[in-house]
Amino acid sequence: MSLTFALRHRFEGTALDIAFEAPDGAVTMLFGPSGAGKSTVISAAAGLFRPDFARMAVKGQVLADTDTGLWVPPERRRAGLVFQDARLFPHMSVANNLRYGQRRAAPGPIGFDEVVELLGIGALLARRPGTLSGGETQRVAIGRALLSQPLYLLMDEPLASLDAQRKAEILPYLARLKARLRLPILYVTHAIDELMQLGDHVVLLDRGRAVAEGPLGAIAARGDLPLALRDDAGAVLNATVIAHDAARQITRLDAGGVTILVPLTYAAPGAALRLRIPAREVILATAAPEAISVQNILPGDVRAITIDAERHAALVELRLGNQGILARVTPDAVRRLGLQPGSAVMVLFKSVGIEVSPG
Amino acid sequence: MFQATFLSPDEWQAVRLSLLVAARAVGFGLPLAIAAAWLLARRRFPGRALLDVVLHMPLVLPPVVTGWLLLLVFGVRGPVGAVLQEWFGIRFVFTTGGAALACGVMVFPIMVRSIRLSLEAVDPGLEQAARSLGAGRLDRFFTITLPLASPGVLVGAVVAYATSLGEFGAVITFAASIPGETQTLPLAIYAALQSPGGEEVAARLSLVSMLLAMAGLIASDVAGRRLAARLGR
Repeated sequence: MSLTFALRHRFEGTALDIAFEAPDGAVTMLFGPSGAGKSTVISAAAGLFRPDFARMAVKGQVLADTDTGLWVPPERRRAGLVFQDARLFPHMSVANNLRYGQRRAAPGPIGFDEVVELLGIGALLARRPGTLSGGETQRVAIGRALLSQPLYLLMDEPLASLDAQRKAEILPYLARLKARLRLPILYVTHAIDELMQLGDHVVLLDRGRAVAEGPLGAIAARGDLPLALRDDAGAVLNATVIAHDAARQITRLDAGGVTILVPLTYAAPGAALRLRIPAREVILATAAPEAISVQNILPGDVRAITIDAERHAALVELRLGNQGILARVTPDAVRRLGLQPGSAVMVLFKSVGIEVSPG
Repeated sequence: MFQATFLSPDEWQAVRLSLLVAARAVGFGLPLAIAAAWLLARRRFPGRALLDVVLHMPLVLPPVVTGWLLLLVFGVRGPVGAVLQEWFGIRFVFTTGGAALACGVMVFPIMVRSIRLSLEAVDPGLEQAARSLGAGRLDRFFTITLPLASPGVLVGAVVAYATSLGEFGAVITFAASIPGETQTLPLAIYAALQSPGGEEVAARLSLVSMLLAMAGLIASDVAGRRLAARLGR
């Protein structure tokens, strides 16, 4: 584990007590409702906010330890910080914004041309921040943080101020970034699409506590977390492309030993994909039905059942190969099928209901 | 040419002296005013309210009183004046330097007010961003805070310069009215009015005064707007 973090602080009325670890080369999502303490974690990790108690280390280097009185100030932390409101310097050109941190850092592996290319901001270099669109502004802010040669990246809702279209424009850049950098990335969001598309590791925050932590696939498939209560709850599976079947217009994927069919994609065989299967799209059956349009009919085991009394729904956690999947059905269906932990069931989901994104 | 046809050598000397005294007053006063404005805008410390009041005193005190207080402090027997005289051979009383000091003290609050307002308008979030990018305190101040506050600094300096040109009471009290040494424009105008048949001289100098004041105001407006545009506002 490459970034370890622990914080305790009492605000008037609330207390924060949050600890987690963030792996290298992965995006750790801090996910939760507003007031959960997400932004406080980012401020403390950047050194801009000093809590009652903090302990933090990145790649073995201790940046804060209240017990020994150690507190490295922000300007010497090498944190690549991206704010929700970008905070580009209005009196400098885009190029000078990008170089601000670079000029103050020791030479590092992240090159100017590479960042400009990666973020597609070459045409903006001579412009002033005031003339950029929201999406361009955020890409420049990300570039500026990267060029300061950070040891870790902190992104505080970097896409929250953008509309859906701008967001879709910037998400692929972030995915590329993740693949290119070997850094721990802390990413604050309350948007489920960002969580699903960019997250590798998840820390669920609620009222100042970390209520769950783990790989995205494991967390998204849990039926007993606040995440599962959302309408858009659903499991995330990692898969690789096996082959395309042009005649059937279908792509066969391998998801941890299980074959899943999706509508034809353009990803090359061997490419990694990320599949999101919304819980309400999943059908359970005790026997495989015949003559049905559903493409994916797979054997699984029930691991746990959580009743959502408020919405008269049951969240069924299932094991499919070596990954988890979540189904939302009625409590009545659970009763009729006699489901309980350990039951073997057939899991059905339509291939067109699967959201496919680059892994 | 202008001087030959319009102003006599003596009158021209008063104009030149005024410009010089004002330049020194603003030149030496501005860095101190920036420091004071920063303290008042960004720091919380005991005595902050008192400093605020003391700095603003010249704005509300009768200028003659300010001049007399300067005499007490910077006079040859004053606590600061005696030390400067003895150790460095610097004398303020009845010198051009003294006129500049009196002007500087009088316009100091003008500069501090303008700079402080623009410092307070600088988004601390930008300073935080600079900090996270590795900029230390002075680095942040000179690359982010001061450039963003520069319209206020510039306007403060120009207005202070123009005001310095017209400073009368404190200058005549502290530095007296010595032609070529401390007799700036307003002092020369006053002296001309005191002598028989001096109305014409006074009128000419007053016209120059008005032109300079107008030029100052226009310059401050133009420069302020240019800078603001450069800052992307």
